[in-house]
Amino acid sequence: MMSVGLPHYLTLGAILFSLGIFGIFLNRKNVIVILMAIELILLAVNINFVAFSHHLGDLTGQVFALLVLTVAAAEAAIGLAIVVVYYRNRGTIAVEDINVMKG
Amino acid sequence: MLIADAFFYLFATITVGAAVMVISARNPVHAVLFLILAFVSSAGIFILLGAEFLAFILVVVYVGAVAVLFMFVVMMLDVDFTELRSGFLSYLPVGALIGIILLAELILVLGSWVITPEVAAHVATPTPPLTEISNTEALGRVLYTKYVYFFQAAGVILLIAMIGAIVLTLQHKTGVKRQSIAAQVARTPADAIEIKQVESGKGLL
Repeated sequence: MMSVGLPHYLTLGAILFSLGIFGIFLNRKNVIVILMAIELILLAVNINFVAFSHHLGDLTGQVFALLVLTVAAAEAAIGLAIVVVYYRNRGTIAVEDINVMKG
Repeated sequence: MLIADAFFYLFATITVGAAVMVISARNPVHAVLFLILAFVSSAGIFILLGAEFLAFILVVVYVGAVAVLFMFVVMMLDVDFTELRSGFLSYLPVGALIGIILLAELILVLGSWVITPEVAAHVATPTPPLTEISNTEALGRVLYTKYVYFFQAAGVILLIAMIGAIVLTLQHKTGVKRQSIAAQVARTPADAIEIKQVESGKGLL
């Protein structure tokens, strides 16, 4: 077993990213699980940022990971607010029923 | 460094397993709990990488706020989640195909790729050694100086998200009697009181 280095962390990030994409396809009807899969994708991006930051000895990667965290939190808050409002108005959150804006 | 390696494999296994459970759990409440587990174990990964501040932030912001927000929404909405899961197996093949292709591509990129040694000369903000100042202090020193505009932009994004969430979910119920201070203050004796002379032995009307 080789010593843990950058490739290991990047592989972990790649696996998490693929699982997030897979989750979006798998739970195509459930918008809450889709949001959680997006959180997984952003987590994978953060792991990549921090792994490169550690490997290159550059603190910028951690600053950018912090910004990604901020945007992820904002996205989750807005997305869930939209889900709540949609449920209040239509009584459903199934993705295929969300077609009001379709012309 | 054997113990650190063992911890990496431990945290990585837990993170990947929890991520699998997030996307495949039958009950969305369990999915949220597994999301929390994934975040906590990836905070361990961040600690292994020396990014202590981000690990704390991950636990505080994600486990403390975002995951709890998910939990609130999952429990608040009276949705039949089993109905939403119908078609799960029919989506499985194409989803697995795309996921595996993506993973293979990403791993192939990793295998055939090296960092040029020149990159060491172009490090934007060198990480100071942990023996001198802590990761949190080092991050703070660049975040409030070199990246202060990014920091402000992040604050503005959070403010807009907060206002947006409040505007979206605030609801004015009709039929609720509310106090209108302007209407109360605008009352005058002329339109509030009517003086009548009542004759003795008779009432009004």
